[in-house]
Amino acid sequence: MKTIVCMKQVPSSNEVRLHPVTKTIIRDGKASVINPFDASALEQAVQIREKLGGSITALSMGILETAELLRDGISRGCDEAVLLSDCAFAGADTLATSYTLSLGVDKIGDFDLILCGKMAVDGDTAQIGPELAQTLGIPYATDVIEILEVDETKITVKRGIDGGTQVITLPYPALITVVKEIQKPRLPSIQSIGDSLQKEITIYTAPELGADETRTGLNGSPTEVVQTFIPENKVDCVELTGSIAEICKSIATIRQEVK
Amino acid sequence: MPQLIINKELCRGCTICTRSCGSDALHMRGRLAEVNDNCILCGICVKSCPFGAITIEKEEKINTEMDAYKNLWVFVEINQNRIAEVSLELLGIGRKLADEKGCHLVAVVLDENALLFAEDLISYGADKLIVCNDKGIGIYAEESCAHILDDLVEKEKPEIFLFGATGVGRSLAPRVAAQAKTGLTADCTVLEIDGDTGLLRQTRPAFGGNIMATIVCLAKRPQMSTVRAGVMAKMEYDRTRSGTIQKVSYQNQLPEAKRIILETSFAPKTNSITDAEFLVVVGRGIGAKKNMKLVHTFAEKIGAQVAVSRPLVDMGYAEYPKQVGQTGCTVAPKLLISLGVSGAIQHLAGITRAEKIIAVNADDTAPIFGISHYKVVGDCVAFLKEYTKD
Ligand SMILES: Cc1cc2nc3c(=O)[nH]c(=O)nc-3n(C[C@H](O)[C@H](O)[C@H](O)COP(=O)(O)OP(=O)(O)OC[C@H]3O[C@@H](n4cnc5c(N)ncnc54)[C@H](O)[C@@H]3O)c2cc1C
Ligand SMILES: Nc1ncnc2c1ncn2[C@@H]1O[C@H](COP(=O)(O)O)[C@@H](O)[C@H]1O
Repeated sequence: MKTIVCMKQVPSSNEVRLHPVTKTIIRDGKASVINPFDASALEQAVQIREKLGGSITALSMGILETAELLRDGISRGCDEAVLLSDCAFAGADTLATSYTLSLGVDKIGDFDLILCGKMAVDGDTAQIGPELAQTLGIPYATDVIEILEVDETKITVKRGIDGGTQVITLPYPALITVVKEIQKPRLPSIQSIGDSLQKEITIYTAPELGADETRTGLNGSPTEVVQTFIPENKVDCVELTGSIAEICKSIATIRQEVK
Repeated sequence: MPQLIINKELCRGCTICTRSCGSDALHMRGRLAEVNDNCILCGICVKSCPFGAITIEKEEKINTEMDAYKNLWVFVEINQNRIAEVSLELLGIGRKLADEKGCHLVAVVLDENALLFAEDLISYGADKLIVCNDKGIGIYAEESCAHILDDLVEKEKPEIFLFGATGVGRSLAPRVAAQAKTGLTADCTVLEIDGDTGLLRQTRPAFGGNIMATIVCLAKRPQMSTVRAGVMAKMEYDRTRSGTIQKVSYQNQLPEAKRIILETSFAPKTNSITDAEFLVVVGRGIGAKKNMKLVHTFAEKIGAQVAVSRPLVDMGYAEYPKQVGQTGCTVAPKLLISLGVSGAIQHLAGITRAEKIIAVNADDTAPIFGISHYKVVGDCVAFLKEYTKD
């Protein structure tokens, strides 16, 4: 059983502010973490391997620094890690990202199951899973909340749908995207952290992947940000003042007025 | 290859760009900013520079085949024998955009019983229906739907294609976009037509912060977006409208589905916060988890339901269906009482349709006050204790 887990590096905090004077964008604190959904996906993959044996490869497209996060992934249980890193990948939207990841998958080769997070918390687009599955031409299930059965040829999952749930069987090769709650990521042991330091992270550049550079990065991204702005809010606001008791009274009155 | 260019004449060495960068790609060399290989061309520094010193240089994308793409399509979901509310809302915004563009609004309905809904869809704005009512077809025959949509997009060439950001929409739209090799913008909160270019301007909160970004899809078609339920307004039902129906059939023509659906079950509809007339929305300012008890007592007392901001879902104070915001539910109560919520853009995206908002926040400058009708500057826990005292 060969599993690939797609892992994305995301900023640890989403605090992006406006400069008070120049009104331009500032972001303080640059620490990065593994997208929490992907950490859960990795834990799920580890549990599948505990049952069926086989190997787990972590796959990421990102800047070179992402190698450190992949090392963290190794300490939490993946056997190998592959990083796709090249200037030609910069500025990728979801279409270009899924194309690039598909090349990484081809390079790893011969897999049974791919796990993605349901979404990455920096953008919440939740598009990479289905786009990658389509690019690879394999069946997929989004929003998986539980693995019901898994063997060497197929996986049966429960997924969330609008207003309910669905149980689906997917024959391999297949892709699933998982919710964060599917498993709680384990903490790496001191031993496994030590071991992970010895491991090589495989890094592939665009030429090594045989990438068509009109399909990667900014070149391969049909979408483009043309404007950014802070919306203006202009509601007339009345301040309720007085003692707490008085404020409660005012609120009770407003509640009564709204029928 | 596209790259980031820093104009040395214009750079004043203010360091704002280095602080705007989320990838550690900008550093100062002396009094000038300099970019390194970490750059992911996200463009945030371009917008951050007060002096316009940063630009991204790239090749112009021109695609002459694009002119063949016409009309605005909406993917209509029939779920549990009803038209999903979000599909009607998409027809509402779609009608407006189609009128601005002077094109047709087409509803695509893939469902065994699709024809039962034809009149309603036309009355809610569609000019034309593309219907596939083959036996067994429906939104949960997702693979078949995907193949049908691929084929329709290729043959009929829609210029714009809108999906609800429902479970089905979020699974199907990226799948269809990848096949068409086009862009897809998730969770748009505003859709407009650019007066000059006729392009679809898709606006959503972006860069993970309190910033809105307007996105266009330049050189690929269709231009695709998903929109959450409750964000757009549906049209008044207009029985006098007329429209045409194009029936398509794919019987025995589709590749066999690989996924096997063993069971589809629907939970009984619980009180959803989307329908609530009175709503209490709680944020991180509530403090300890035990304070949620106070919240529920308060809500019961005033006959309201309880919803939360995203961090409270992350912390396990409430379940995801109770989350309001861009990536949760959009709510439209008559009265919304917001307690300890800062009012981040992603949160506001979910509550702007509330008729009246009372906000309690300890910080006088919290952005939530910007959209509130009544503000209380103070401790929400103390307020709850007082209100629920007897
Ligand atoms: C892609 C993406 C999607 C997102 N989607 C959503 C979404 O759908 N919904 C959502 O809500 N968020 C969403 N977020 C998160 C959003 O950006 C904010 O981080 C979040 O809304 C903040 O929640 P909060 O207001 O509860 O917490 P905080 O921002 O921490 O605010 C707490 C507030 O409580 C006040 N406070 C503290 N103590 C007290 C007290 N005792 N009494 C009164 N007030 C007090 C503080 O002054 C502060 O204003 C998303 C973020 C990203 C990046
Ligand atoms: N750059 C990337 N490298 C590896 N995996 C990614 C990358 N971007 C997204 N993914 C995967 O796709 C999932 C959904 O991401 P998104 O579509 O960006 O919300 C994530 O949880 C990851 O599993």
